[in-house]
Amino acid sequence: MTAASAQPNRVLQGRTAAPGFAAGRIVRLEREPGSGAAAARAVGTPDEEAAALKAALAAASADLAGLIGGLDDAEAAAMLEFQLAMLEDDALTEPVFAALAEGLGAEAAFAAQLDAEIAGYRASDDDYFRARGSDLEDLKARVLAHLAGAAGAAGALADDAILVGRDLAPSRFLEIDWRPGQGIALAEGSLTSHVAILARARGIPMLVGVAGIDAPEGTEALLDAEAGTLHLAPDAADRAAFDIRRSAGRDRDRAAGAQAFEPAATACGTPVQVLLNIGGPGDLAGLDPALCDGIGLVRTEFLFHGRGGDDLPGEDEQFEAYRAILAWADGRPVTIRTLDAGGDKPIPGYTLDGEANPFLGLRGVRLSLAREAVFRIQLRALLRAAAHGPLKIMIPMVAVPAEMAAVQALVDREAAALAAAGTPPGRFELGMMVEVPAAALTLDLFAADFVSIGSNDLIQYLMAAGRDSAAVAALADPLAPAVLRVIETVARDAAARGLPVSLCGDAGGDPAAIPHLLAAGLRALSMGAAAVPRAKAAIRATHLTGIRP
Amino acid sequence: MTKANASVLLFHEVGLHARPSVKLTKVAKGFGARIELATNADGPWIDAKSIVRVMAAKAPKDTVLHFRAEGGDAEAAVAALVRLVESDFAEVEEGA
Repeated sequence: MTAASAQPNRVLQGRTAAPGFAAGRIVRLEREPGSGAAAARAVGTPDEEAAALKAALAAASADLAGLIGGLDDAEAAAMLEFQLAMLEDDALTEPVFAALAEGLGAEAAFAAQLDAEIAGYRASDDDYFRARGSDLEDLKARVLAHLAGAAGAAGALADDAILVGRDLAPSRFLEIDWRPGQGIALAEGSLTSHVAILARARGIPMLVGVAGIDAPEGTEALLDAEAGTLHLAPDAADRAAFDIRRSAGRDRDRAAGAQAFEPAATACGTPVQVLLNIGGPGDLAGLDPALCDGIGLVRTEFLFHGRGGDDLPGEDEQFEAYRAILAWADGRPVTIRTLDAGGDKPIPGYTLDGEANPFLGLRGVRLSLAREAVFRIQLRALLRAAAHGPLKIMIPMVAVPAEMAAVQALVDREAAALAAAGTPPGRFELGMMVEVPAAALTLDLFAADFVSIGSNDLIQYLMAAGRDSAAVAALADPLAPAVLRVIETVARDAAARGLPVSLCGDAGGDPAAIPHLLAAGLRALSMGAAAVPRAKAAIRATHLTGIRP
Repeated sequence: MTKANASVLLFHEVGLHARPSVKLTKVAKGFGARIELATNADGPWIDAKSIVRVMAAKAPKDTVLHFRAEGGDAEAAVAALVRLVESDFAEVEEGA
C-alpha cells in the first residue's frame, strides 16, 4: 500500500481491444514460464520428483477439463482440448519421467521437453503451426505453476482488479471468473488476439500496447477503454471526470446494444450503410454479419505481418484468406485494400529503408507499382476470390490519375491471363482510397468504380500533423473546417459522377464526428466492429436538416 | 491377430491441425488395436493415438493418409478413421 501510494499520477496510452470502463487496483499478472519456480522448490529424490510431476500433471489436466466444461465458446474449447490431449499423451511425458530417473528436477525436465516441442512448432513455415507454439507455452506455464504450488490464485481476482502484465494467454483469461468492473491492460497483446475477442464477448474492458505499465500491485488505477487510457494513482478530480465519462458510456451502451443488429437510418429516415474495418479474417470470429451492411476495409497487411524477404504470402494463401472473408460476409459487399505498406508499416525487404519522411515516401500504390511482381500476385488472388462474392478492390494512397491507369492495366492483364487459363475472374469493382489531398481535389480526373475516404491519412496530410506525433495530435481534428470541406467536396463530386463513396478512417466510428460526416453528404461509414452499436445510435439521433458541416 | 489397412485423402481445409488431430487420436484411442498412421505409403509410421506424433506429421491439405492397424478390432478401427477423415472431421458420435 505504501509503495503503491507513492506512485506518481500519470496517464498511460494504449489501444482499445475491448471497450468499457474499470476503476480499481492493479493486479500483476505474473506467471512467466519458469520464473522463480525452480528456485522455489529444492530438487528431491527421483521418486519424489516423479510424484511431484505426476501431481502437477494431474492438477493441470483437472484445470483444463474444468475450463472446457464451463465453456460455450467452441473455438476456445477446441484450443484447450488440444492442450489437454497433449498433456495426457505419454509421448510427451515419458521422456520427462525418464529424465527424472536420471536425477533431473521435475521443473527442468518438463521445461526442456516442452521447449523442444515448442521449438519444433516455432520453426514451422505454416502460421497455424507456429501459433500452436503459444498454446504449448501456455501449457508449460500451467504445469510449472502447479509444480511451484502457485497456480489457482488467478481464479479469484478482487472485484475491482485491473489485471496488468506483458501478455495474457487465452487459457488464463478463461480460468478467471470475470465480473463486471474488472479490466485488463497489457504491454503487448494485439487487437486480433483470441483474448481480445474473448474480452469483447465477455464485456471486459481491455487495452493492449500500453507502454510502461510497471506500477506495483495495489496501485489505484482508472481504465478508460474508450479513450484508450490507464490512469495510475488518480486524484479526486480525475475520479470525478472518470465517473462522468463512465456513466455516460453506460447509458449509451444500454440504448445502442439493443439495436446494433438493425440497419441504421437517421432520425429523418435517410438510410446509412454501416460497414466494418477489419485487419484480417480473425476479426470476424464470433461476429454476426447482421451487425453490418458489408465490409468497408480489409487491411491486407495482416498477410504480410512478420514476413519479409523471400517469405511473402503466395497467391493461394492470399486467395484463401480473401475467400474466407467473402464467405463470412454472405453476399454483402467486401472492400479489400491492396497492400498499404510503407509509412509506419514497414515490411523487411519490401519497403524502402531509411526514408527521412516515410509518410511522404514510397508507400501504398506507389510501392505496389514499384514492386510489380508482388502486386500482381495479390491482384491474381483477388481476381480469383471475386468469383466467391461481391468484391471491391481498393487502391491506397492514389495521388494522380496515372497511378489508377497503371493499376487498371495490370488488372486487365491478370484478368486476361486468368481467362486464358480457363478460370475467368468473377465480377468485381476497382476503386480508390481518397487520402491524398491532390486526389481529393481532382476526383473528376480519375477512373474508378468507387471511392472511400481514408480520413486518418487525409487529415494528416491536410493539416500537416503527423499521426506519429503526439505533440500535434490536437491539430489532427476530423471536425476541422478544412477537413469537413474536403470531405464534402469528395462526397459531392462522387455523387455527381454516380460513384459510391464511403469513409473508412477512425472518424467513421466516432459518435461525435458522425453527424458532421452525414451533413457533409456521406451515407456509408466503415468502422471497427466494437464501434458499431454507438455509431448506429449516433446515426439514429442525427437530423440532417439544420446541421451545417 | 487381425490386420487392416486403408488410405484416404485428407481434404480438410487446414490439414491435420490441432482440432482434427485431437478428434483423430480420440477415435483411435477408442479401439484396442495398435493403430498407425503415415503420410507416405512407405512410412514412417507413427502412433495414431499420440497427439504429439500426429501433430508432428504436419500433414497439409490434400495429403493421402495411410492407416494400418493390428488387433481384435483392427478392421473397425481403420473403417472408423477413414470415415472420420471422409466426413471432414465432423462431430463423432459417442462411442464411435
